[in-house]
Amino acid sequence: MLITLSELADKVPDGAKIAVPADYAGISMAATRALIRRRARNLHIVGVPTSGLQSEMLIAAGCVKTYESSALTLGEHNPPPAFNEAVLNGSINIVDATCPAIHAAIQASQKGAPFATLRGIIGSDILQHHPDWKVIQNPFNETDDPVVAIPAIQPDVAIFHAPLADRDGNVWVGRRRELINMAQGSKTALITVEKVTDDNLLENEEFAAGTLPSLYIGGIAHCEKGTWPLAFWQGEDENGDHIRLYKSMAKDPAGRAEYLEKFVFGEGSPS
Amino acid sequence: MSDIENRKLLISIIAGLLKDCNHVAVGASSPIPGAAALLAQELWGQPKHLNILGSVKNNFFTNGAQELFDCAAQGRIDAFFLGGGQIDGSANINLMGRGDYPNNKPRWPGTFGSAYLYMLIPKVILFREEHSKRVLVDKVEFISAPGTSDETVYRKGGPYGLLTNKAFFLFDKEKQRFNLQSVHPGSSLEDILDNTGFEFDYLADVPTTPLPSDEVLDVMMTKVAPRLKEVYPQFAEAVLAA
Repeated sequence: MLITLSELADKVPDGAKIAVPADYAGISMAATRALIRRRARNLHIVGVPTSGLQSEMLIAAGCVKTYESSALTLGEHNPPPAFNEAVLNGSINIVDATCPAIHAAIQASQKGAPFATLRGIIGSDILQHHPDWKVIQNPFNETDDPVVAIPAIQPDVAIFHAPLADRDGNVWVGRRRELINMAQGSKTALITVEKVTDDNLLENEEFAAGTLPSLYIGGIAHCEKGTWPLAFWQGEDENGDHIRLYKSMAKDPAGRAEYLEKFVFGEGSPS
Repeated sequence: MSDIENRKLLISIIAGLLKDCNHVAVGASSPIPGAAALLAQELWGQPKHLNILGSVKNNFFTNGAQELFDCAAQGRIDAFFLGGGQIDGSANINLMGRGDYPNNKPRWPGTFGSAYLYMLIPKVILFREEHSKRVLVDKVEFISAPGTSDETVYRKGGPYGLLTNKAFFLFDKEKQRFNLQSVHPGSSLEDILDNTGFEFDYLADVPTTPLPSDEVLDVMMTKVAPRLKEVYPQFAEAVLAA
């Protein structure tokens, strides 16, 4: 089940709906660069529930048609230049949601259900701008009780970075169990991992509950420091200097092309 | 008052607001609320449960933000913090951007979980350091989350107060207006009136916000800074340990 990074990127067709986690949960920047190298086009990103540098770079590289999430944030490195430019000139579709609605839509898909309902949200302007959500009456209440119905989102593929895989194709995500929801709500998952173990993760009770079984996985690439330059919750800290370098180069399309040439198509990155 | 002293003051004010809470959650990019929650724990052993987004040591969720939202919807979180590029006099907040949606200029990151958490967590503290007419506006240009709702809408949560680097306001739910509670040292009622873009209630002899004691400042430096360092190393070093 172990494949190379470029084989992993080849499994994501143009136009695919890809689910990616928030920065604190493990971002596969290695797979992101591989997608840019394979010149992926018309991707529909679902940031679960937000995204950051990964989506900014995919937008900078012209890989994205639609960005669906609750925010795109580089944290203390905001604002994201390519994203903000794309918003302003309307060059990508933006579907703005709120974090719990993204989680609920993925969980509905996980259950094979058509939609989920949520409290809250009513009165927010995102509700009237969102193309899919509907306000319905709670069918179990006889008095007025509006709730928001959120249709399921089933991404074609979930892409993330995890600490450990075994040779049987299972992946340990530990306490980041939202990644299990994301993978199970998607048609398949493509995962980069820091380490590979010879021991089967599901045979060890301490690992089993935090393990995503191979049933849900379409490919695993072994890639140390796969989140670079972002931090990894089970590993390296963020490389702030490199993100600042990206920001300084990415101010305009020419600078972004130069960055990609050097750090994505060239040898400037660890993966 | 220096920026560092001002930030320590803000941390001590927020800590005092969390004394009566059992479970507090702190969202993204929030070093001051994070420090305040840790300070309250060090001083009073409350809040008993704390989740700082992005932390591993001060975060017990094993299902990410999904668990945060589920907790909020069940009433298991007592206090949370929201900010906004714009906050108006009815406590509506805008995290989306200025100008016409969707082609905002500038565009801010987005609404995050605000449209949900504002409706469900009882004590939402609005926190924004900048106190100016640019931020505190008469009417927000986009409602990421509404300050108030009509009574047919399920709403267990909402705005408790608004803290800036100049003042602290409580939100009066009946009147749907802010009420100025105290003005920080270095500012004045006149300064607040000049720099606030919405109308609010106030007393002519509004009190001055009390400064943190030496004992509290010492706890920030010796106890809070080492714990906050894991998530906000630069802030812990530059502000708390200074």
